[in-house]
Parts: sequence; C-alpha cells; structure tokens
Amino acid sequence: MTEMKELSYVDAIIEGIAEEMVVDPKIFHMSTEAPRRLQEEFGFPRVRQTPIAESALTGMAIGAAAGGYRPIVDWRLVTFCFVAMDQIVNQAAKIHYMFGGQTRFPLVFRTTVGGGTRRAAQHSQSPYSMFMQLTGLKLVLPSTPADAKGLIKTAIRDDNPVVFFEAGRLGGVKGPIPNGDVSIPFGKADVKREGKDVTVVALAWMVHEALAAAEELSKQGIEVEVIDPRTLVPLDIETIRSSVFKTGHLVIADEAPAAASVSADIAARIVEDAASFEALKAPISRVTGLDAPIPYSPSLEDYVFPDRSRIIEAIRRIL
Amino acid sequence: MTNLSPERQRAMLRRMITIRRFEEIASEKFRSGDIYGVVHSYAGEEAIAVGVCEALRDGDQIISTHRGHGHCIAKGADLNRMMAELYGRADGYCKGKGGSMHIADFSIGMLGANGIVAGGISIITGAGLAAQMDGNGAVAVGFFGDGASNAGPFHESINIAAAWKLPVIYVCENNQWAVNVPALESVATPNVADRAKGYGIPGIIVDGNDVFAVHNAAVDAIARARAGQGPTIIEAKTYRHRRHTERLDQPDARPSEEVNAWLQEDKDPIQRMITTLQMQEDLLPPTVLENLKTVVENELAEAVSFAEKSPFPTKESALQDVFAE
Ligand SMILES: Cc1ncc(C[n+]2csc(CCOP(=O)(O)OP(=O)(O)O)c2C)c(N)n1
Ligand SMILES: [Mg+2]
Repeated sequence: MTEMKELSYVDAIIEGIAEEMVVDPKIFHMSTEAPRRLQEEFGFPRVRQTPIAESALTGMAIGAAAGGYRPIVDWRLVTFCFVAMDQIVNQAAKIHYMFGGQTRFPLVFRTTVGGGTRRAAQHSQSPYSMFMQLTGLKLVLPSTPADAKGLIKTAIRDDNPVVFFEAGRLGGVKGPIPNGDVSIPFGKADVKREGKDVTVVALAWMVHEALAAAEELSKQGIEVEVIDPRTLVPLDIETIRSSVFKTGHLVIADEAPAAASVSADIAARIVEDAASFEALKAPISRVTGLDAPIPYSPSLEDYVFPDRSRIIEAIRRIL
Repeated sequence: MTNLSPERQRAMLRRMITIRRFEEIASEKFRSGDIYGVVHSYAGEEAIAVGVCEALRDGDQIISTHRGHGHCIAKGADLNRMMAELYGRADGYCKGKGGSMHIADFSIGMLGANGIVAGGISIITGAGLAAQMDGNGAVAVGFFGDGASNAGPFHESINIAAAWKLPVIYVCENNQWAVNVPALESVATPNVADRAKGYGIPGIIVDGNDVFAVHNAAVDAIARARAGQGPTIIEAKTYRHRRHTERLDQPDARPSEEVNAWLQEDKDPIQRMITTLQMQEDLLPPTVLENLKTVVENELAEAVSFAEKSPFPTKESALQDVFAE
C-alpha cells in the first residue's frame, strides 16, 4: 500500500468534489458561501456564490439536472433547507417516479447536521430520518474523512437526487485518505471495529463515541463490534444482521431523538426478521438524543446528547 | 396584428381548438368516471400557451402548472399518451403514475405539470441556467397563475434570473382568480407585471385572449433572452371558462355576470382568432375551418380510443422507477 495523506473531513469532501469536477464538466456547485478551494480551482460559472434563496436554488438544481447537468447545491446547515421543503419533498424526491422514469435527475444536496457545537436548537439538528420517509432520495451520512471523500464521489456520479449529510462536528477532524480515485459504493456498511460480544450500530459522531466505548470495554474483556451504515438510503441491513448473528446483542447509537428515527427503523428491521430475532439474546438498546430541542448551555446540551458513557451503560445493561 | 404565414396562423388555430376540445372531452370523461382524481380545465386560456409556444423552437423548454394540458399540447405533446395518462393507463406519458396534474414530456422540452402552486418556477429557472451554461441560445419559459405570483419561489427565482441574466420568460396567466380568491384582493400591485420593476426587468401586460398579442410579446421577450439580456415577465390577462376544477362538490365564488361576460364570443380567444382570420380574405374559408375541426375531432377520438385500449399498469410497476438505475 502506498503512503496515505491526511485531510480533514470537510477538505476530503471538497477534494472529492474537485476531482469529480475535473473529470466531468457538467458538474457545478452552488451555495450561499462558495468553498474557497473550489472557487480558486474552477471559479465562475462552475462555482457560484448565490443569493440567500435555498428554495430557488434547490428547484434550480432540479431544472439544471433535467438539462443534463450534475448540480451540487450546498444548503449549508440542514436548518436552512427547511425553507426549500417543497422542492425537496414534492419535487426532487418524486419527479423521477411521478413522470414515469422519463428523465434522470443527478444532483447532490450537501448539508451539515448534528449538534454538540453549542449553537442551540435551530443550528444543531439531525433530521435525516425525516428524509428516509420520502422515498426517492438517497441519503449519505459519513463519519470519517476517507468515507466522506469516497461517498461524495459516488453521490456525484449517481443519477438520482442524493442528500449528502455532513456531520458538522466532524468537519475539522482529520483522517487518512487513500490515494487515487477511491469511491465507495452506496449501501455498504463499514465494520469500523470487529468484536464478538455486542454489535453497536452508530452514525456520524456517534461512530467515534462507540469506538471510544469499545476501546474502554475491551480493557475489561468485552469485545464490541462497531458498524457504520454510512448510507441510510440504501441501508445495508445485511451487514448488521450478520453481526447480530455473531454477537446476539444490538445497541444503536444516534444523536437524533428516538422517535421515528434511524435507530427505530434498524431495530424494527432486525426484530421483524425471524432469524435475526432468534439470534438476539437480549432486548435491543438504543442510545439517542433526548426529546428536546437542542439547548444552548453546555450543561444542558451535554445532558441531551448521548456519548460514550451512555453507550457503555447500554452495553452493560444488555450483556 | 401578426406577420406569421397563413399556414402558421391556421396551425395555431388548430392547436387552440385541440386544447379546447381536449378539455371538453376531459371534463366529460371525468364526469363519466374514466378519469380520476382531479382535472383543471385550461378552456378559455388557450391563446396564452399557443401564442407563447409558437414563438419557441426545438431545444427550448417550458414548465407548467396544475392546469397543464394546454401547455403540453401547445409544445407538441402526443395526444394519445396524454389521454392515456389521464385514464391512468400503462401507455400514458408517466405510465399511469402521474395523471392530469403531472404530465411531462422531457423529449420535447416540456418539464412537467406540477401539483404545487409556484413549484415549477424555480425548476424552470434552473433549466434557464442550464441553457445559459450550454450557450446555445435556448430559452426556458415558466407558466404560472396569478395565485402563484404571490408565493416565494416567484420572487426568489426572478431575482436570481435577473441578477444572472438567465434566458427565462416568466408567463403569468392572470385569470383573475386563485380558486376562490380574486387577484384584486391578493395581488398587492394592480398588475403582476408591475413587480418586474423590483427586479429591474421588463414587465409586459398583454391581452391573454388575443393570441397574436401574446405571440408578439413572447417573440420580443424570447429575443431579449436569446441575446443574453435576461428575463422578462409577461402578464397575460385572461379568464378560465370553467370552475377551478371539474369537481362539482366545490363552490365557485366567481360572480355569474362576470363568468357570463367572459364566455361571450367577443371574449373567447378561439372565436376572436377565427374572426380575425376571417376578416382577411382567403385566410380561413368556411370549408377550411370545418375541415380543421374534423381533423381535430378525429385525432381526439383516436386519443380516447388509444387510452381505452391501453391496459392498466401492472402492480409490479408501482415499485419501478423509484430510482434511476
Ligand atoms: C403550495 C400550494 N398551495 C395550495 C395549493 C392548492 N391550490 C391548487 S391550485 C390553487 C390556485 C392557484 O391559483 P393560480 O396560481 O392563479 O392558478 P389558476 O388555478 O388560476 O390557474 C391552489 C390554492 C397547491 N396546489 N399548492
Ligand atoms: Mg389564477
């Protein structure tokens, strides 16, 4: 293996976009604040700094995609995409199906999610499960720079609308990046750590909390398997099932609240499958954000968000 | 007045009659239960779609609204596949997945009817952006109602189109009502086109029931757009002949004197065009008009029979086309 370089999560995404833009002249990027590297490397008109009009930009991406382009629109915080909900829910998610599959809409919506940054309720949201209900959008949520780079490339190459969720809290976190044109297929979970005693499925920031918990527990002889689904649509339930067959114990960790969530969906898919249900030696346990808008004060936010200690508690409870 | 050739004028008349008869048949088939859900009739507004689309060329794109049949026909959509879609059949434009409110034909640049008021305005702005980046002189036309002009996408999109000089023509079909809300009460300015000032672009008001007036305005706006001078708002004043939808269980708040006045021959866009053509010698002899009506009638009878013969889609197809492969 050749020597690897290090990049932050955000820089890895931008590098992935830049590599794809070099190859495919139909890709262009719009956001209310243009990423500097893309602006320098490609400039106008392929990198556009736009009016603050997320709804129009989202619709424009659909129109441009119909015209043979591969637009990327960065909504920035997921918060800001709610003004564009019509275009997301009623247009982007349905347009391919509703028109009988006539035309492809290859487009990527980038957006940051998650809290833990002391930015209070409006700027700390993790509403990806809302989008799972829409059917027609592919959903990505990477947890490492390498995954982020590999998955943004796949997102751009995909012929469907993709929402690319970026964990805001991970933006500056660095990690190794493999050399070359490495894309990662959708629908393939990654086993971030192998273990035989308990399976922890974790998303985004929680992957790192789960790995820390696993490290801690391994000192006490408990071997935790940590799985990152990486894409929510399509969701690789098979990898989770195989792990549950092996460990017989399942914990799901996500900072979004538990109601109608990714964690609820994974739990349901495991128990409604007879073989997986049989394999379980204890109830499934979920470690999630509490049911409150995210508060500002550190003492409050830290209480509402799950962390490694709650993952450890959950594991202890079911083992 | 117009300098279009007699053939083109007759072709425009034929399209307008096709739209009117298509809508009459759609109403009838809705009442008989062959068409489901909801149908919004374009009857009375034909001159707008036809006047604008006649000024377009291949490669130009349009987007429509919930009241979309007229725009499809004006852009050259296939009547058989349209009717089959209304019938919910496998050979419909959307394989029976769309229905009246969602007919599209991307191969002719018709980017779809849309069930969301104002939903198409930003999509067509993106089509205009694509055309500008292609640099091939194509333009994009967004049709929408007076009601839609009060919604956010109108303002956001036109601001961007004006700032970026996108080749988009925003055609407001002001039929003076949004369901039961009169434009007089809901549009803050006397005319929708007055808002163009706020974006620094031309706002043109035309008699939407005069197909040549609409066509002339469209020709000018399209020329501006092709020349890189940016968007135009065209406001076409018109009136819908029928209630908001074909469902009779919903009220129609429009005063009957107002409706009746607009139903008179001197207001009807098709009758007005016929009168204009007949005033010019040899342009539309009675036999030619009769012939033309017969051709339209035959085409639509064929469309109905095509729709009736087309099978309902298979159950399996419900799970197809969720994603592009
Ligand atoms: C966002 C949205 N709100 C409400 C509706 C319900 N609705 C359907 S058509 C319509 C009126 C639209 O009026 P206008 O834009 O003037 O078009 P017209 O029907 O007169 O052609 C309304 C309110 C909708 N489809 N979408
Ligand atoms: Mg109206």
